[in-house]
Amino acid sequence: MDIRPILSTLQRHKVTAALLILEVALTCAIVCNAVFLIGQRLQRVNLPSGVAEHELVQVQLGHIGPVPDAKAQTATDLAALREIPGVRHVTPVFQLPLNPGGSSNFGVMLAPDQQQPTVIATQYMGGSELVTTLGLRLVAGRDFQADEYVDLDTALAALHRGDLKGLPQTVIVTRALAERLWPGETALGKTMYLGKAIPFRVVGVVASLARPDQLEKGEQYSTIWPIRLSAADGASYVLRCAAPDRAGVLKAAVARLKQLNPNRVVLVQRTYDEGRRAFFANDRAMAGILVGVIAALLVVTALGIVGLASFWVGQRRRTIGVRRALGATRGDILRYFQTENFLLATFGIALGMLLAYGINLFLMSHYELPRLPAIYFPTGALALWLLGQLAVLGPALRAANVPPVVATRSV
Amino acid sequence: MLAYYLDLAVRSLKRSPGLTALMVLTIAFGVSASMTAWSVFRAVSGDPIPWKSAQLYVPQIDMWGPQAQQNNPDSDKGPPDALDYGDAVALMRDHRAKLQSAMYPIGPSVVPADAAKHPITTSGHAVFSEFFPLVDVPFEYGSGWSAADDEHRAPVAVISNKLNAKVFEGANSVGKMLNIDGRDYRVVGVMGEWNPQPVFYDITNTGGFARESEDLFLPFNTAIAANLANNGNTNCNETPDAGFEGLQKSHCIWIAYMVQLDSASAAREYKSYLEGFARTRFPDWAPNVRLRNLPDWLDHQHVVPSDTRVSLLIALGLLIVCLVNTAGLLLAKFLRRSSEIGVRRALGAPRAAIYAQFLTEGAMIGLAGGVIGLLLTGVGVVSVGWVLPRQIANLAHLDFSLLATTLAVSVIASVLAALYPTSRAARVVPAWQLKSN
Repeated sequence: MDIRPILSTLQRHKVTAALLILEVALTCAIVCNAVFLIGQRLQRVNLPSGVAEHELVQVQLGHIGPVPDAKAQTATDLAALREIPGVRHVTPVFQLPLNPGGSSNFGVMLAPDQQQPTVIATQYMGGSELVTTLGLRLVAGRDFQADEYVDLDTALAALHRGDLKGLPQTVIVTRALAERLWPGETALGKTMYLGKAIPFRVVGVVASLARPDQLEKGEQYSTIWPIRLSAADGASYVLRCAAPDRAGVLKAAVARLKQLNPNRVVLVQRTYDEGRRAFFANDRAMAGILVGVIAALLVVTALGIVGLASFWVGQRRRTIGVRRALGATRGDILRYFQTENFLLATFGIALGMLLAYGINLFLMSHYELPRLPAIYFPTGALALWLLGQLAVLGPALRAANVPPVVATRSV
Repeated sequence: MLAYYLDLAVRSLKRSPGLTALMVLTIAFGVSASMTAWSVFRAVSGDPIPWKSAQLYVPQIDMWGPQAQQNNPDSDKGPPDALDYGDAVALMRDHRAKLQSAMYPIGPSVVPADAAKHPITTSGHAVFSEFFPLVDVPFEYGSGWSAADDEHRAPVAVISNKLNAKVFEGANSVGKMLNIDGRDYRVVGVMGEWNPQPVFYDITNTGGFARESEDLFLPFNTAIAANLANNGNTNCNETPDAGFEGLQKSHCIWIAYMVQLDSASAAREYKSYLEGFARTRFPDWAPNVRLRNLPDWLDHQHVVPSDTRVSLLIALGLLIVCLVNTAGLLLAKFLRRSSEIGVRRALGAPRAAIYAQFLTEGAMIGLAGGVIGLLLTGVGVVSVGWVLPRQIANLAHLDFSLLATTLAVSVIASVLAALYPTSRAARVVPAWQLKSN
């Protein structure tokens, strides 16, 4: 197929052709970036948490007025919760991975005299059953021993006195954090420092445990501490049971806790999955809106191509008739319009690639987004070519059906 | 004459109903998608108190010093975002602004007198008496408390109409007693409907958007005396002594502060006062203070989710594509009508008449697109509630100015799209055009 006649025809419709090219370019650029944004969101939504997600339920209570004996109350609560049928493990916790409700974080130092922290890690603490309740997988070392645990208020008091003996001595880290702090070495037995050169020895490494929030500081930079919390420390109770039992266990747990001490209100009661869904609600909503906008863009562009192609076909009926009368086949006419669309789309896509790159640069500098991977460019080009060919097919077939006799008819 | 052009436009549009529908629907589509995104964006970036936001300021003081700044990886080298207790109380004592209030979030439980009812967890703030005129709190019954009440740590409370409905069945409860965390408080005021979003007076503790409106305001000093702990964020660069009292003695930051300064010169004076204040209190380092007005403060705190901004850009892109599309179609349509224009010009129509005719046609398409786009925008804003988290979706609502903008944008856009083809069409030389036919 000779493209010269097509180009010379297009030259007579410069502005219209330019507008179509511009439309394809904008669509291409926006779709590339929007698909990339969706990918980013979904990647976040699917982050692994490291815990037994479908087997956990959470209850958080708020006390009215001062709590007389929080530790005794916590012990009673835990014992009562363990007796609920179906419950396998119970622990108080301060925070859960990828869940709303805030987090506790600290700067990790590798040497006692270090000024700037190496990473900002999050601290998980709760009680002696934390690792088993959350379903964490130890890949090296061991879980804490009973004599390593310290109550939170004791630890805070010791910290304040500057008495290092009253503090916990050991810590469990995630594999990702161990890799970051001591690349290529075993983390077991290594020492990390917190605050004013307070040392902690690593005794265990878990495969994975995401942080609750602030994911930009390193999704997997988490630590677990042998610190016992009481109900007054703002802790939640987390119960582990079989997935189908969750609703029943949650209901029974709330009823039992209210029965034990009616002078408190339930602040949070949900399954882990519900918390995780709530945490990512924004990301999912955003992805949904973007999908809608992309669909709308593609539909509008396709309609634009259909409209303009139909228009040109109508305008050139006589010319088509003459060509057919001079011996052009239907296939020739069909291919003429398909090639014309292909040319326009190619110009548009070329421009669109540049635009997509520019938009990505802009988003990178203003919204801290990563660079658009190269694979998006050929994929976007292919999508736009396909869209153009599909959209032009109808008008092109109509053009191919113009009978040669049109040439002899006067309008 | 206009009626004639309208008639011509209708005839012309009727000649190609498919194309007309396509143009109208594209405009409608583009307008509605971008306006929906825009309404969400405005809802979350909106100025919650437009009539006085330029007079409200948030003072910041560096109480941690340059050493702490160095060790803070997130810091922009500005002072911390909140105040510690000592500085907040000292600023209140100096009382240099027209109106000012220190505040911190509280979350006590309210125990209804009726024993059959369950305790209610509330959220609120401990504030000074000037808080109410400062942020223009509307009252249904009663009013705020007096400066003397601040002074004497009076057990008084201002409650929301929602809490009033829960506890007092919505009656005028001014003067009645309310049990809050085991102590009795006298209700002095019931607020009217008031739920500013973002929660501009305490961005540091709320992150900007609260799930629920605030139920309860207590006097700051009273709340401190009653040991009502801080229900918001606390940031420390040292380990505070145990308990709430230890927190008050520390340089941990947990108190938000807002002042009203009516003129630029008042703001300058206050800033130099702050510098003096910082120099006296922290003689070891050069004073590092900021005094941002509310719009700057909201921006500084990144209260607008960047998600929404990116989605606005993409929706704007959609609008542009739709307009380009319509422009292309209008162009093709108008350029094909040169013979018609030739006839009209030969019969004596001036160029202005051609312009009037074609722009009328363009405006009609824009208007039709705008009206349909308006309906679609309504649908879009309603359905935002299905996909966006409720706390943001609640804020996105239709209002008159949004509707007017929708219509205006679509008409202007389509007239602009019609302008180039019209100017081309109006240049047609009548004789040449008639001859070639």
